[in-house]
Amino acid sequence: MTKDTFRVANQILKSRLIVGTGKYKSFKETAKAIEASGADMVTVAIRRVNILDKKKTLLTDFINPKKIKYLPNTAGCFTSDEALRTLRLAREMGGWKMVKLEVLADKKTLYPDMIETLKATKVLVKEGFKVLVYCSDDPILAKKLEHLGASAIMPLASPIGSGLGIQNKINLSIIIKNSKVPVIVDAGIGTPSDAIIAMEMGCDAVLINSAIANAKKPVLMAESFKHAVISGRKAFLAGRMRKIFYADASSPTKGLI
Amino acid sequence: MKVSILNILIMAKIQLNGRKYVLKNKHTILTLLKRYKMDSKKIAVELNGKIVNRDKYKIVHVKNKDKIEIVHFIGGG
Repeated sequence: MTKDTFRVANQILKSRLIVGTGKYKSFKETAKAIEASGADMVTVAIRRVNILDKKKTLLTDFINPKKIKYLPNTAGCFTSDEALRTLRLAREMGGWKMVKLEVLADKKTLYPDMIETLKATKVLVKEGFKVLVYCSDDPILAKKLEHLGASAIMPLASPIGSGLGIQNKINLSIIIKNSKVPVIVDAGIGTPSDAIIAMEMGCDAVLINSAIANAKKPVLMAESFKHAVISGRKAFLAGRMRKIFYADASSPTKGLI
Repeated sequence: MKVSILNILIMAKIQLNGRKYVLKNKHTILTLLKRYKMDSKKIAVELNGKIVNRDKYKIVHVKNKDKIEIVHFIGGG
């Protein structure tokens, strides 16, 4: 079998599981969970430095950006301008061009504002960013993002942090089928079986944060997700059996006594 | 005495990450980062809405009424 590599924005990733670094009890736990997940790319947020905190423990002290790729995101941004400002700062800080764009519309649903998202994508692509875009599961808008030059489409499975799993399999299948750039299911995955379903459907990767960080044992859950994603991917490549309405015996009928 | 007059002249009231600070000494971005124990390699600086290129931290001076934002990476999804 030829090697099944995951390539996004001209980067080759070993794992098809991307993990978020938010909501953990400590940086130490975050680092352990990332290690257990096998992920080689993690999302990070950009915030003000706490000037008064003299210790200033940093995420970078626990997760080495030289070993694990940082994917800066724009979580918490509600306009295209806020998102652009955040990502330009991220680029200055890390020198990375690969970023995750996320422009939110509403605090309750954290649903993406697709009008602002399309606007920001256009500017970022022009400025040379490789943009992975968090988006709604609308196939038409996903296609528009691709046409604007997005490096990956990241449709939500269900609202961020909800753990509700894939709510619109039909839309997601259409997006996967039509997309020429990688499709990474982002947001809403609640449990490893949800991730398996996404991968079996043919997604290129999944992004998980809450489902790992909010588990009772995050490190163990991270490991479980690692296997789920591998399992789902292999199942997709293997091609599932067809569904039939009635039974089809597994043992031959010939030679029955 | 010259020094103290100079000090008054160069005293700068700035806004740093949303808080007001009075700087009694002359500062560049780099000395300001050192003053608050920040590693210049792990942060990004915005001065009055514009990103300061990290090569310029040494030469960009902090002036009265400057608004400075210093950010870094934190955990996020």
